[in-house]
Amino acid sequence: MNDLGASFATAFRLLLSLDPDLLQIVGLSLYVSVSAVAIASFLGMPFGALVAMTRFPGRGALVIVLNAFMGLPPVVAGLFVYLMLSRAGPLGDWGLLFTPSAMIAAQTLLVLPIVAALTHQTIGDLHIEYDEYLRSLRMGRVSSVLTLLWEGRYSLFTAALAGFGRAIAEVGAVMIVGGNINHVTRVMTTSIALETMKGNLALALGLGVVLLAIVALVNALAFELQRWTRQWQGA
Amino acid sequence: MDPAVAGRVTSVLPLKLSGVGLTIGQHTLLKDIHHTFTGSSISVVMGHNGAGKTLLLKICHGLIPPTAGRLQWHRPARAKRPCVQAMVFQRPVLLRRSVEQNIRHVLKAGRIAKSETGRAVQQALAMSRLTDMASRPARQLSGGEQQRVALARAWAARPEVLILDEPCTYLDPAATLEVEQIITAFYDAGTKIIMATHDIAQARRLAGEIILMHQGKIAECAGGHEFFGGPCSDQARAFLEGRLWTRGNSI
Ligand SMILES: Nc1ncnc2c1ncn2[C@@H]1O[C@H](COP(=O)(O)OP(=O)(O)OP(=O)(O)O)[C@@H](O)[C@H]1O
Ligand SMILES: [Mg+2]
Repeated sequence: MNDLGASFATAFRLLLSLDPDLLQIVGLSLYVSVSAVAIASFLGMPFGALVAMTRFPGRGALVIVLNAFMGLPPVVAGLFVYLMLSRAGPLGDWGLLFTPSAMIAAQTLLVLPIVAALTHQTIGDLHIEYDEYLRSLRMGRVSSVLTLLWEGRYSLFTAALAGFGRAIAEVGAVMIVGGNINHVTRVMTTSIALETMKGNLALALGLGVVLLAIVALVNALAFELQRWTRQWQGA
Repeated sequence: MDPAVAGRVTSVLPLKLSGVGLTIGQHTLLKDIHHTFTGSSISVVMGHNGAGKTLLLKICHGLIPPTAGRLQWHRPARAKRPCVQAMVFQRPVLLRRSVEQNIRHVLKAGRIAKSETGRAVQQALAMSRLTDMASRPARQLSGGEQQRVALARAWAARPEVLILDEPCTYLDPAATLEVEQIITAFYDAGTKIIMATHDIAQARRLAGEIILMHQGKIAECAGGHEFFGGPCSDQARAFLEGRLWTRGNSI
């Protein structure tokens, strides 16, 4: 109970002090996770839409795999990227291990199946509705995909948010490929893990509260933005 | 040839259906359809629910490939303008965008020059009396207004052939009249119209030619005057009388 009270006090003090170390950690967390979500959306949304809009052998199996990978453990994603980027790995020459880029790669891998699977779901429903319309216009594949992605923009935005929630909250992947190096690859979740291990429970919890506040803030902003555009575009 | 008629002979017509049939699973939904759609009149497809009107229109539009027979356009659609035909569906299919954006979307698909887009949109809005609603979300409009958006979209695409599937099903008499005026405007602009309807009065007003469907086959095909003057087939008589009888009783 004491710890809890102390941790809230710590959280407030951290937030109010605008401690440069803390700001750097928060900034890196956001940079890594937002980048990962952006890349995953850029790749995963067209991919999910394409899978939803085309019939090909093995499509069912692909969708099952995609859905299964939504539950990919972060440490496994981290391990995979680690193996690719380590000195002996196929991409070892790039020298990316223990850099923010490696962390972005690992989180992208983690978010990609979520975004792709949710997009597949959304676009699948829209495709049933608009298939004949699009074929009636003799629209090409690329334009059709783009049309439906835009039609599903609100649901897809929510899918991206789900991906962001997953990315910003995970610790396993960034720990393995980033290494939690102070001022280089330390993010919020890895600091929390570190402080907990050092026994600084109040500080750890305080950081946890800050993390939660940031996630809540991002979601609130996204929600407002969505409500606002919805009002203007009506859907 | 009458110049008025000669003017409306489009490049893709006539459309000739020879022995067209459609079988899905074990059900034969359309059978032995022989017909030639010429450019000179409004063709109206009639028939009871489930007679196969929608399927026939979708086959003509190329949305469903027939499983038997063949479909022959006079000259196949040129690659440069994919929108030689447009179809307005039984239920309007509108994008989750504004009325104007809906029209623009069709223009983009039709690859109409950017410089012409603005004017084409304004024209389409004006002819369907939607100018005031241009920025409203299309899916929030009333059923009649949505149907007008669908027609405005078709207008913007400048099709040579316009296929309409019961465009007035959900509309009140005033809205029906408005839609009929738009259809007439299309016709006057030289567009070939192929439409399905249940509304006998509407068919009487618009039809140059009537195609009566019954259980997946063409039961009778005649000019509008002949059909309503005195149909030849028993099915056509039954269709007309059945309808009138129902109406007489239901009032
Ligand atoms: N994909 C399909 N698979 C099996 N049967 C179908 C399919 N599509 C349509 N049908 C059947 O084909 C028949 C003709 O359908 P169609 O939609 O052409 O009727 P319609 O004349 O347009 O009727 P309505 O006046 O109710 O619109 C119906 O009995 C329908 O159930
Ligand atoms: Mg129908």
